Amino acid sequence: MAMTLSAPLRRRATTALLLVPLAAYIIFLAFPLLWLTSTSFKRPNEILVLRPTVIPKAPTLDNYREVLGPEGVVRASLNTMKVAVASAVLALAIALPAAYALARKQSRLNKAIIGWILVSQSFPSILIIVPLFLILARFSLANSHLGLIMVYVVWSLPFVLWILHGFVKGLPNELEEAAAVDGASFPQILFRILMPLLLPGLATTLLYAFVNAWNEFFFALVVLKDPQLMTVQVSLSRFRGLEGLARWGPLAAGSVIATLPAMAAFAFLQRRLVSGLLSGGLKN
Amino acid sequence: MRATAGSVQMAAPQAARRRLLGVLSLYLPLLIPVAALSLIPLVQGIWLGFTDYRLGSPARFNLLANYARMLGDRDFWTSFRTGFVWTFTVTGGEIILGMGLALLLNARVPFRGLWRILILIPWAMPPVIKGLIWRFVYHPDAGLLNYALISLGILRDPINWLADFGWALQSVVLVGIWTGLPLATVVLLSGLQTVPDELKEAAALDGASGWRQFRYVTLPLMAPIIVALSSLEFIWNFNSFGLVYVLTEGGPAGLTRLPMLFAYFEGFQYGNLGYAAALGNVMVLIIGGFVLYGVRRQGAATG
Repeated sequence: MAMTLSAPLRRRATTALLLVPLAAYIIFLAFPLLWLTSTSFKRPNEILVLRPTVIPKAPTLDNYREVLGPEGVVRASLNTMKVAVASAVLALAIALPAAYALARKQSRLNKAIIGWILVSQSFPSILIIVPLFLILARFSLANSHLGLIMVYVVWSLPFVLWILHGFVKGLPNELEEAAAVDGASFPQILFRILMPLLLPGLATTLLYAFVNAWNEFFFALVVLKDPQLMTVQVSLSRFRGLEGLARWGPLAAGSVIATLPAMAAFAFLQRRLVSGLLSGGLKN
Repeated sequence: MRATAGSVQMAAPQAARRRLLGVLSLYLPLLIPVAALSLIPLVQGIWLGFTDYRLGSPARFNLLANYARMLGDRDFWTSFRTGFVWTFTVTGGEIILGMGLALLLNARVPFRGLWRILILIPWAMPPVIKGLIWRFVYHPDAGLLNYALISLGILRDPINWLADFGWALQSVVLVGIWTGLPLATVVLLSGLQTVPDELKEAAALDGASGWRQFRYVTLPLMAPIIVALSSLEFIWNFNSFGLVYVLTEGGPAGLTRLPMLFAYFEGFQYGNLGYAAALGNVMVLIIGGFVLYGVRRQGAATG
């Protein structure tokens, strides 16, 4: 009798005991974003105080108004959006036929391609950016969005190819074979039969590539010099000094804006995250 | 008879060649940009590491002069030592803390689905924003950390975490762990879910405690995932740039100048592109060595 009474009690006690470290983890991981968001709605006199509060006492939209005005965050975000979308779409278009070949056709090339995927993931970007910068400069593409788009396409290709090939592999072979027996040509098979089935995989891969390009900093820092062309990450990184702290409110508002697209994409991707991750390399 | 056999023999290599051409045409759109913007620059980058190339003057082959210069370059040694401390502590911290969090999220706790989403937050954020947020958390006057520690009575005077010689590296490492924790947790959690419950129950029936079940049943089954995750994290962390660039720009006095930051400043601030490429070559050697070592050990461990 005593046993049957204490068992559920003990289980409840264990659960409570687990919640304490879990809460510590959640605070550690999520609090900085909550703090950033809260700061973005505060007035300057509420930001640099000795006893800050999580919920602003006098919430304001001034920071957003300011940062969306002459601060250039809108332009920088549009620049980033353009570069990220273009590079993600291009990378996908280039990688799709290759992903099909990698998943479906046995050939000696496959080993070379997989070798390249692995090597390109482990090389430090400094080694590739110096000659890449020189090549771009030779074609007058340094300091241009087109140049940065090309860099991002090549940079994201390895993992785009890897994830896509996983999705192609997951499709049943019989459909293609039946279509081939019926006399369908290869482009017909690719676009009529495989594409519709691949759409969820394509969407996932596109979002990965988009988020990676949206968040990227190093290449954008090296390739773009003109403030008019800068991406949102580079333009925000320029606010670091004392001046940045004095203007922390607008900076926090800009940071929230710059985080939103990646967060939205992640919320959407969340369910596919693990399978996509295990099937291929993913940059962090 | 002989004629047909001959034509079959003729047709086989032709069919193979046509097949190869077909495969090649599928790869072609990929191969051209990859060759032009990845393979050729990579080879060129490795080559530049053996020259005295500076922006504006022609590159001259100088054998191993760059590497000889590194041996006497105090900044090089500091930077790579920092790189190792950073890489090992961040990777280790991610795996250990990630395992703890994955175990918690694998247990029966209320609102588990919500927690599993919330822990992903740092992963989705751009590295620059992460750096900016933590600069504010660490700020000496208005920072959250000093405020919390002082009001809890742990600290008497505020510390300038990112500028203090005793604290800068630890502070940066903590942010590194914070950044990588979501990914490590998600991977480890998916690994935990593949461990069959029957094995743990059998061990429990044999009288194994919770810790012993974890140590002798769960952990050995997770070993391949842990090795793969640590190798990837090792590479990523060793090549890390944006986060620390925004946090400290390598300061104070080069204390947190990771190898990538060191190479970036050499190449793009001082214009020593040859030396920067040489630093990149050394990084490749180090990464290659560690990954090979890891793969060998894993191969030896599994048979």
